[in-house]
Amino acid sequence: MYSLNGKTVFAGIAIGKIELFKKEQQSVRRYTIDDIDSELKRVNLAKGKTISQLKTLYEKALIEVGESGAMIFEIHQMMLEDQDYLDSIDNIIKNQKVNAEYSVAVTADNFADMFAAMDDEYMQARAADVKDISERLITVLKGKDNDMSQSEEPIILAADDLSPSETVQMDKSKILAFITKYGSANSHTAILARTMGIPALIGVDYADDINGKTAIVDGINGKLIVNPDEDILQKYRTKQNEEELKKKLLNEMKGKETITKDGRKIKLYSNIGGVSDMPSVLSNDAEGIGLFRSEFLYLEKDNYPTEEEQFAVYKSVVETMAGKQVIIRTLDIGADKQIGYFNLDKEENPAMGYRAIRICLDRTEIFKTQLKALYRTSAFGNVGIMFPMIISVTEVKKIKKIVDEVKSELNTIGISYGNVELGIMIETPAAVMISEELAKEVDFFSIGTNDLTQYTLAIDRQNQKLDNIYDSHHPAILKMIKIVIDNAHKHNTWVGICGELGSDITLTEKFIKMGIDELSVSPNFILPIRSDIRNCNYENV
Amino acid sequence: MVLFEFTVKDENGLHARPAGLLVKEAMKCKSSVTLKKGIKKGDAKKIFNVMGLSVKHGDIIQVEVEGDSEENDAKLLKDFITENI
Repeated sequence: MYSLNGKTVFAGIAIGKIELFKKEQQSVRRYTIDDIDSELKRVNLAKGKTISQLKTLYEKALIEVGESGAMIFEIHQMMLEDQDYLDSIDNIIKNQKVNAEYSVAVTADNFADMFAAMDDEYMQARAADVKDISERLITVLKGKDNDMSQSEEPIILAADDLSPSETVQMDKSKILAFITKYGSANSHTAILARTMGIPALIGVDYADDINGKTAIVDGINGKLIVNPDEDILQKYRTKQNEEELKKKLLNEMKGKETITKDGRKIKLYSNIGGVSDMPSVLSNDAEGIGLFRSEFLYLEKDNYPTEEEQFAVYKSVVETMAGKQVIIRTLDIGADKQIGYFNLDKEENPAMGYRAIRICLDRTEIFKTQLKALYRTSAFGNVGIMFPMIISVTEVKKIKKIVDEVKSELNTIGISYGNVELGIMIETPAAVMISEELAKEVDFFSIGTNDLTQYTLAIDRQNQKLDNIYDSHHPAILKMIKIVIDNAHKHNTWVGICGELGSDITLTEKFIKMGIDELSVSPNFILPIRSDIRNCNYENV
Repeated sequence: MVLFEFTVKDENGLHARPAGLLVKEAMKCKSSVTLKKGIKKGDAKKIFNVMGLSVKHGDIIQVEVEGDSEENDAKLLKDFITENI
């Protein structure tokens, strides 16, 4: 028994026999030809055939991994139709009077070199795509099929590297796991393995004699164990069963309602920090977005994002959620998150300084631009807006006045908008104490437990010396949450939690019993929390 | 000739997928479409050219559209880019 390390692409455990996948060496012979025209025709014919193969692969991938995963085969088609690529093949045939296979091979090397020389890891990995399409083209030129042989029994597939088309062509019911010697976490194969949910390790430095041996792929710890002892094998079988069971249980949670045993429905939403989080929001079946942090729009620019720019981003998220609620938090920056063009002064105590709604109510033009973009978005779906760092009713009244101005400006220019729920973050002790008054003003509250804890316990979150007394389960915080919920419900205002405590599974049942209406958590917590909620009661039995 | 500029919003830059979408869109145009990033430039109808520019998040790209239908084509591309890239 021995074990090898690798980089996990998809966690999970697989046990089985290893089969070494040897690429048929495309030994390309160079020979001179007399009839240039017929050689060019061969290339053209092979191109057509290859493209139709890629179309078939695209269809297959579309079913297996969905549109974004299948896109690579559409890109492969474009690469094959790229005029520079085709010109290069034709020119080599014409100028050197050589056969088509050789010309394709040389062209492939040149184009792959171009990608390999780029300063970007992702683009470097694209060299593999060029080789993939070129090999496919050469195989067709040689008059062979591109089909892969398949063994009968499911196996752990080991390869130097796998091209995307090889990955998709395989019969997934026969593959327990992938291990590759090379390849990057950015390769399409890695992406496809993740999408298909097959355990996969890359960068495993195995010797060819592992072919046919029994092995364990431990994608959780990034290990390949070859010829495992019986007791190790037994240990992993148990672990595998547990993982399977957990996965099955969680997958069963997809599409289910988030409802307690005694019938109270809870909104289970997701927090996002940008558009790139959307795929995991969808795959984990979130019922809405409970906190869309809009800061990234400002942080990644070197000037204020325009109404149009903001509108495009909000709209894409709202449309992706297709009618489910999307709650966007207005700009929450301050001296601790510096943005150059805001020209904020350095502060002694930024956590208590000029930040969030305080900036927005002072520099109303910035605020109005964001609100306009948000209201315009509301015509395309279910939008909620929430405001951070509230400490008084006056602030909320000021906000509502500005919202009215924005609405009437939109009316004047004839732009339509939908119904928007307005809410505030409860993250200061002041807001907790006056939550009853605040509840009369808004549709919902969202409790930001991170800041609320820092302000209540008077502990700076950034100060590591105080980590040992920073207690997120402090009774003061839990009492505050209860007070907020009770006050809100008196005025039909619903309450959610979007801070880290919302994802704390040890507290889920407590929050449900307190009467929480919504939890907004990271996407990967959605299914475990849904499973928990379905197992608890709202009323005390 | 019509010229316009855009900033790449996609966090991964013009990686395969957005590059592919852009090429597909550029192919619909009768005009010639050239992308410029600093001193580098590339034909927007050729995927290797587009990917070869190694466009990253936050890069500013100039688009040059030239041909009989340049006004319309530029508008089409601009809308597409605002929406997708």
